[in-house]
Amino acid sequence: MIKRHEFHKPNRALQLYAAFFMGLLYIPILFIPLFSFSSGLYIRFPIEGWTFQWYAQLFERTAVLRALENSVRVAGSVAVVSTLLGIFAAKALVRYRIPGKGPILGFILLPLVVPPIIFGVALLLMVSTLGIPLSLYTIAAGHIIICLPFAIATLLPRFEGYDAAMEEAAADLGENGWYVFWRVTVPIILPGIVASLLLTFTVSFDEFVMAFFLGGNDLTLPLYVWGQLRIPRAFPVVLALGTLILLFSFALVFLGLKINKRGSIKIMDRE
Amino acid sequence: MTITHSSDGLGTTGARRGTSSLRRLLARFESLRGLALLAPTLVILGITVIVPFLLMSAMSLWTQIGFDYADDWSVRNYTTILSEPLYTTLLLRSLGMAMAATLLTVVLAYPMAYFLAFHVHRNKLVWLIIITLPFWTSYLLRVFAWRVILGYEGVINSGLMEIGLIAEPLNVLLYSRTAVIITLAHAWAAFALLPIYVSLEKIDKSVLEASADLGEGPVMRFFRVILPLSMPGVIAGTFLMFIPTVGDYVTPALVGGPNAQMIGNLVQLQFGTVNNWPMGAALAITMILSITLVGLLFLGLMYALRRWAR
Repeated sequence: MIKRHEFHKPNRALQLYAAFFMGLLYIPILFIPLFSFSSGLYIRFPIEGWTFQWYAQLFERTAVLRALENSVRVAGSVAVVSTLLGIFAAKALVRYRIPGKGPILGFILLPLVVPPIIFGVALLLMVSTLGIPLSLYTIAAGHIIICLPFAIATLLPRFEGYDAAMEEAAADLGENGWYVFWRVTVPIILPGIVASLLLTFTVSFDEFVMAFFLGGNDLTLPLYVWGQLRIPRAFPVVLALGTLILLFSFALVFLGLKINKRGSIKIMDRE
Repeated sequence: MTITHSSDGLGTTGARRGTSSLRRLLARFESLRGLALLAPTLVILGITVIVPFLLMSAMSLWTQIGFDYADDWSVRNYTTILSEPLYTTLLLRSLGMAMAATLLTVVLAYPMAYFLAFHVHRNKLVWLIIITLPFWTSYLLRVFAWRVILGYEGVINSGLMEIGLIAEPLNVLLYSRTAVIITLAHAWAAFALLPIYVSLEKIDKSVLEASADLGEGPVMRFFRVILPLSMPGVIAGTFLMFIPTVGDYVTPALVGGPNAQMIGNLVQLQFGTVNNWPMGAALAITMILSITLVGLLFLGLMYALRRWAR
């Protein structure tokens, strides 16, 4: 019989600490939805009354809707492009013998760690030197740098997780390359593709620093929020908008991570 | 350069049989195929990362004159950064504040990672997802939440006044270095936690049982077995959190006052109101170099500590 040591037993102190830690993590964020329903113009206790008026005001503002549309367009294209690039890159890194594989992967994953302001500023320098006007396209270019590591981190474990023999078998049975890719590879890595799309969409949708440096006159939602933060009177509406953004992002990321199982956590091993 | 999409899955089939020269040729062919798949990514990153970075390095050696630059290739920007107290103060302060936030987070995250690795047996994935969820979502809003909490009429002040603990709002909460450090620690918690968790999770449970069987108590076992084996995760977590936080400018801008501005704010100013792009480029590069230097020092310290511990 396996001897049971005390480290298998539940530890009351640690359980309490876990509850405390989760509180630290979530309670600060929960003040945003809480006060978004407060009828007072100022964010303070006591809460005078409850209202939906800030949400109603939100949908009357065309600037919000336009920013939302811009954000969805940028995030949608960034998600598709970085996931497509991620599929090819992850396949290459897992399936092929490539000289300098380690450094290449390190380089691709670099934006996970390097302060985004560095990439934002450097890209801004190049874009303005070339005379390219700042627009949603320049924001998207910046977002691709940030989203690629997430796409690859999500997709790599998918390729590592299955046997290349399946593709080889299909090829041996006479299927051509594209057919093998669409009928064998894609279905197997599909959860990774969906997860990558969801995660990169959210990262781009919520990204601020790159958008701040690379944005022109068209605002994304985070840029709109930033502009409103200078006006204390606008805080209640920002809280309502923030609540919706958080809810939307949490749902997408939860779904993405759930579909992806442990992929994005496994990547931490590599660093 | 043209990008060819040769995304068929046949890379490894042929290389098994055949003479050695044919095999070598196919091997080269195979890595070419792999490189072709990687090419789009590398080309895009080349255009959006490497070229801009080279340009930034070059521009840091230029000088701003009015609305134009002079490409006079001098290190004047760097000598200004090193000699003007404003720049060195902000640089050192950023490194110090990032260190404080990192230390705070690693200390707070370690027990949580320990709990996850050793005491959560069911629904581990859901736990991990819930812990990492906030990290994926709007950074701006998470920072804004702290402004709501720490503000002059914010949650803490109005809450304390409501229950009668204080009569006047506390001035010290918002617009302080502490506010920035707390906010940074909160915003990046998952980044420090995950690598620690992974390294704890990897520890072979039989090693723990062996140490217990050999008569070590829980405390000694933690310090002599678990902590040393999880150090790679602690070091990784420290780096993952320290590096990005040094360059942060959103948090100091929103919850830090004039005394809590960081080097990122200074960089942003050069590209905004100050309009001295070459200086901004030089500051960004100085930031990277100083992060690298501190990182190397930290690694050296860890290495020395390990040798001393043996």
